Amino acid sequence: MTTTAPIGADADLPAGAPSPGAGDARPPRREDRHRPGTGLLFVLPFLIVFALFLVWPVVHGLWMSFTDTSLAIRDTTFVGFDNYAEAFGDPDVWSSLGNTAVFTLISCVPLVLVALAMALLVHSGLAGQWVWRLAFFAPYLLPVTVVTLIWTWLYQPDLGLGNQLLTTLGLEPVGWLSDEAVTMWAVAALTVWWTVGFNFLLYLSALQSLPSTYDEAAALDGAGAWRRLWSVTLPQLRRTTVLVAMLQILASLKVFDQIYILTKGGPNGSTRPILEYVYDVGFTGYRLGYASAVSYLFFALVIIVSVAQLRFFRKED
Amino acid sequence: MSATATAPRRRPRPPRGATGSPLLLGHGRTPRVLAGTALAVLAAIWLLPFVWAVATSLQSDQDVATPGLSPLKGALTLGSYEQILERGNVALWAFNSFLVAGLVTLLTVVVSTLAAYGFARGTFRGRRALLAVTVAAIMVPPQLLVVPLFKQMLLFDLVDTYAAVILPQVVAPMMVFILKRFFESIPRELEDAARIDGASELRVFTSIVLPLSRPIVAAVAIFVFIGAWNNFMWPFIVTNDPSLMTLPVGLATVKDAYGIQYAQSMASALLAALPLIAVFLLFQRRIVNSVATTGLGGA
Repeated sequence: MTTTAPIGADADLPAGAPSPGAGDARPPRREDRHRPGTGLLFVLPFLIVFALFLVWPVVHGLWMSFTDTSLAIRDTTFVGFDNYAEAFGDPDVWSSLGNTAVFTLISCVPLVLVALAMALLVHSGLAGQWVWRLAFFAPYLLPVTVVTLIWTWLYQPDLGLGNQLLTTLGLEPVGWLSDEAVTMWAVAALTVWWTVGFNFLLYLSALQSLPSTYDEAAALDGAGAWRRLWSVTLPQLRRTTVLVAMLQILASLKVFDQIYILTKGGPNGSTRPILEYVYDVGFTGYRLGYASAVSYLFFALVIIVSVAQLRFFRKED
Repeated sequence: MSATATAPRRRPRPPRGATGSPLLLGHGRTPRVLAGTALAVLAAIWLLPFVWAVATSLQSDQDVATPGLSPLKGALTLGSYEQILERGNVALWAFNSFLVAGLVTLLTVVVSTLAAYGFARGTFRGRRALLAVTVAAIMVPPQLLVVPLFKQMLLFDLVDTYAAVILPQVVAPMMVFILKRFFESIPRELEDAARIDGASELRVFTSIVLPLSRPIVAAVAIFVFIGAWNNFMWPFIVTNDPSLMTLPVGLATVKDAYGIQYAQSMASALLAALPLIAVFLLFQRRIVNSVATTGLGGA
């Protein structure tokens, strides 16, 4: 089978051409060259893990959300919509949803704009490409714990870089992780530093694949740099911006890791996102059934947001 | 960067920086200097936490406790690194991370490429329906599965095993979809030639399709590896035994236990960061290209 390439030219052999080897009567017609059923074996391993570790938990989780399943007690009973009713009346659900929304808002805007600025600057052709790329992308490669360890140190009240810079400038030190008004911003800053590199790469690769003809035409017409950026390059980046914004909103809604490690949701629950509430209820409070109900409510919300985004951006197109 | 009307006829290539658009900055000196400054400032901000962490990790705990903006307050020492390596856990967690991320990547690539080929070229009954379900599953946030998956692991008696950490991460519908799209773009004629030669489908797949798909498979592998290496929530929930923890999970327990010893925290953070930074330096071009070819990552 090492000599397939030269035979490629004969792919249009008339039907009935002898098929050497194998001995299986393969129908040689172009339209139906596979035996019916071909391919199922290829898909099978995936289907098994897919069914076991995705479909089952999705279905089982849905069922659990209608029960009082607990980590502590074996017996479970069907409770209908009780969990959902409780979730709607649970102030912690609403406050953690609010925290999630605030985080999404204050993280997404800089995560798109800073990434765009970085990509435009790097793309402008200044020397040292790989240094810039490394500087902006490297944090994205760090495990979340490493990122939060580093930033816990930066946010340390007395010795941390943040407050030492502020006091050097003659400003009041800030309770980065203890002041309710500040902590969510501190989390967002960490998140922007950590993950902006991925959006930056998406923008950079989009910029590099743009045709230069429009830009050149505009330059010939005497358009200056700002004008070309505003009227040529940015409109060409529209699709990328839509993609980056949509991915980013969905990613930010699912925030858990860095907040859990950095603040455990504190101070006073002011940074606790909805997924941490699910974790707290399920694994600390042992109420798996209720935790499932809350996570399904949240999932419904994510779907609504995704559909709304799709409609919104499509209308704009 | 403002618009002094440029004389666009002769358009000299920019002297350096091969990939950039020569037009973006015009030919004036000022925009170049401005852009360079902005870039340098941004890069400095992005590198500062690293520099601060490295400097901290190289000092004794007493020196770290001295206030002052200078990153180096005392003599350099590798003491923190020695203490961490003596304690042993970080090396073990790094091994676990490599084992877990490596096996997740291997299994995901094998399972996903096979499935993608089956979906791209297969003719079995129900193909369309299964494909639709797979694509729909891209929407399911993995966090939604944590509670029922944990219950499932209890049922299978797998809590605190490598299998529990690894297996659920092997399901990657997004990767199947990306690979399937790529496989469909391969001209059928190439495969048909082999089929007429009597090659089995598996043979067609391994000796024709896979070699042609090396870049996309590499891209998928890189994203899966980074994702698995950095995954926190699932390994955190399913492992309690410190000897099974991956780096992110293990370090989080250290942070709670030794949060005050910043020199050691920084040293362990940097040790944990090294492997992926090395991976990036080695595969920089490939990683950047993967983002371009796949359009998005799975991480």
